[in-house]
Amino acid sequence: MAVALVLVLIVVGSVLFHLLSPWWWTPIASNWAYIDNTIIITFWITGIVFAAVVLFMAYCVFRFRHREGNRAFYEPENKRLESWLTIVTAVGVTALLVPGLFVWSRFVNVPSDATNVEVVAQQWQWSFRLPGKDGKLGTSDTRDVTADNPLGVIGGDPNGQDDVVVEAADLHLPVGKPVKMLLRSIDVLHDFYVPEFRAKMDMIPGSVTYFWFTPTRTGTFQVLCAELCGQGHPLMHGVVVVDTQQDYLAWLGQQQTFAQLSAPLQTGSADQAPGKTMASGLKIAAKLETVRAR
Amino acid sequence: MVDITPADGIPPAEVAEVELYHPHSWWTKYVFSQDAKVIAIQYSATATGIGLVALVLSWLMRLQLGFPGTFDFITPEAYYQFITMHGMIMVIYLLTALFLGGFGNYLIPLMVGARDMVFPYVNMLSYWIYLLAVLVLVSSFFAPGGPTGAGWTLYPPQAIMSGTPGGQDWGIILMLSSLILFIIGFTMGGLNYVVTVLQGRTRGMTMMRLPLTVWGIFTATVMALLAFPALFVASVMMLLDRVLGTSFFMPAISEMGEQLQHNGGSPILFQHLFWFFGHPEVYIVALPAFGIVSDLISTHARKNIFGYRMMVWAIVGIGALSFVVWAHHMYVSGMHPYFGFFFATTTLIIAIPTAIKVYNWVLTLWRGDIHLTIPMLFALAFIVTFVNGGLTGLFLGNVVVDVPLSDTMFVVAHFHMVMGVAPILVVFGAIYHWYPKVTGRMLNEALGRFHFWVTFLGAYLIFFPMHYLGLMGVPRRYAELTDMTIMTESAHHLNSFISIMAFIVGFAQMVFLFNLIWSIRHGREAGGNPWRATTLEWQTPQTPPAHGNFGKDLPIVYRWAYDYSVPGAKEDFIPQNIPGSFGPSKEPA
Repeated sequence: MAVALVLVLIVVGSVLFHLLSPWWWTPIASNWAYIDNTIIITFWITGIVFAAVVLFMAYCVFRFRHREGNRAFYEPENKRLESWLTIVTAVGVTALLVPGLFVWSRFVNVPSDATNVEVVAQQWQWSFRLPGKDGKLGTSDTRDVTADNPLGVIGGDPNGQDDVVVEAADLHLPVGKPVKMLLRSIDVLHDFYVPEFRAKMDMIPGSVTYFWFTPTRTGTFQVLCAELCGQGHPLMHGVVVVDTQQDYLAWLGQQQTFAQLSAPLQTGSADQAPGKTMASGLKIAAKLETVRAR
Repeated sequence: MVDITPADGIPPAEVAEVELYHPHSWWTKYVFSQDAKVIAIQYSATATGIGLVALVLSWLMRLQLGFPGTFDFITPEAYYQFITMHGMIMVIYLLTALFLGGFGNYLIPLMVGARDMVFPYVNMLSYWIYLLAVLVLVSSFFAPGGPTGAGWTLYPPQAIMSGTPGGQDWGIILMLSSLILFIIGFTMGGLNYVVTVLQGRTRGMTMMRLPLTVWGIFTATVMALLAFPALFVASVMMLLDRVLGTSFFMPAISEMGEQLQHNGGSPILFQHLFWFFGHPEVYIVALPAFGIVSDLISTHARKNIFGYRMMVWAIVGIGALSFVVWAHHMYVSGMHPYFGFFFATTTLIIAIPTAIKVYNWVLTLWRGDIHLTIPMLFALAFIVTFVNGGLTGLFLGNVVVDVPLSDTMFVVAHFHMVMGVAPILVVFGAIYHWYPKVTGRMLNEALGRFHFWVTFLGAYLIFFPMHYLGLMGVPRRYAELTDMTIMTESAHHLNSFISIMAFIVGFAQMVFLFNLIWSIRHGREAGGNPWRATTLEWQTPQTPPAHGNFGKDLPIVYRWAYDYSVPGAKEDFIPQNIPGSFGPSKEPA
């Protein structure tokens, strides 16, 4: 009795928790409402199956509990029932898979009018690069990374000269324009994740990965790293600001290009020089300190 | 039932005795024993011991998550070491070792009607190498720099770099060495389990008369023998990268402004190797649980397992399919996105045989004679948690739905429910079920019920709400959740609640351990077959079974393992070694 009751309470409790608890996804800020819809479909189908199975169990435990003189029914197989259940399951699975794959094909096929934005991750900060007037990003190589060229843009590539470099600062994006995020890392795996955009993708040193989305509302959104990248992982926050077109252009006008940044500097880059000679443990501690202070 | 009479051409019941296998002293009887039952207990005790370490580690990480900033000694470094060791211990050193080394060793020879494993000496070595692997793992807690904090997936490049605890110290080296040893030891045991099932069955024990427990362990072992080599080579390659400076997994890297001496390696290659092992590993843990729970349900509902043949084919089908779904762990890894179409399809297809198993368990309850014994309670709890965790797998397996949820607490909740809580509930059910055979005494009933209710409801309260943190977007593997715009005040409260539940559930395990030890001397005498079960391990002349298991003659098997409540039979169970027909035979051919 008690067991059957507990099973029923688990179903009722789980459904009520789902409906009433304050913990739910953040308001969406991208075009990926399709993904949210697929999740809703999945919640419905799986929720019904969960309730059906557990309630059926509760009924069995109540109805067929042992009492004196009871004897179980001897029925090794029931081919019809088994094939019928298999077919129903296959239909349910298809109902989940088809919309899922449909949305996935949208996710992986980038619209032709999407602008490229490069994200470069390193322990434990985010940098960005936007193509200049030529609309093309210059090629890059981790081996070209230096203190003055933090993203490893290849100096000899003419396409790279007018690229806008945003080092360890906020990224701005115009609202309503599709963007293709080109993801790069110069040290370990990272993952560019903004919960409100619903999309994320790992960044792999040595490769360029991507995803695309269209910001649908203006605002300031926090970037989180979603792939374990060492002890600074939980501190690796960034900011994406989605602007109106006007504000975006104003911001863009203040940024510096690769050519401007790589012009010979007068400063002796005081905070970089000792870094070269520090033992690696100290260097990490210093880096964590900087990240934490930000 | 059709009587089986030994036909011409069937070899004599047994091969000649080999003197070597018999213990001659206390040392060879209890320590360097070649008896699978002793080895099983050694495996189980070692796995439980290291499992307790993992339990304490989980408390420490929950202290940090539930009450951030309160405990200064839990630095981010320490936190990552805790989660890494917790995960690795639980998956490999506890669950794999316990199901295959523990239950496999104890149950396979008894259930198939053999005197022992076919290679007892290798079986003994298997345990001692496992113990060595555990000791190497534990030693990393005392090594300079502590254990690795790379996450249990050990993804390079960070796993062997200085930004990760243990990456440039001893931690990662000891972890990889321990894994290599574990795999060597497991291979010795695994070959034994497979060959014993194939060659060591007693007369009349056809493959289609094997209890599902044996089918589950057998299939899981075959899978493990195929999957572990991928982890083995990945471990060796990473060890070479770390120690000799090769570049299997290491591309050109600029670490904190310094160029590392690596070039051209592929971090994602490691992920493919890891998950080619890692996904089958989920089923290496799950299939023995599937098998065992089938037998628990059937025995305690006094009813044949429903759809035995379908259950066998589902086990084999899941085992085969699990080798072509691995990249569903890598949807957002940056592999070619078109792989997503293939792996989402295979992953959702695997839901079909899995669902069939669930249906057949609940249909076994239908029109049964359900005794709500403690093993049965754990079996019911397993179905609830497994269905819950399996269904959330349909979220994560469906590639595009995985995109927002991957690497969040949703994943943590999912895999704990499906391959943590669910299989461990089966372990508990199985221990309450077979403890009387192992010790001759029953476990204490009142303590057992207390243990059951706290563990089941507590674990559900830990992991069910956790999904919703993931839905909010809270990432996993965050040592601190401060300064995050998505973390609301109430979400922090939920984390505290989850932590408190984790301490309560952990405490209940202490009660269980007490019960295990106390009942050895003080439990009620069990007799040979307290559950009135049909399978051969309950038909041994002595309880606990002596060396050689079955006395002078091996049993002959006349029927399948599920003749419960056969119409026309006097008792509601007919052991497998009882000849004779009772009414119309319905045993699946």
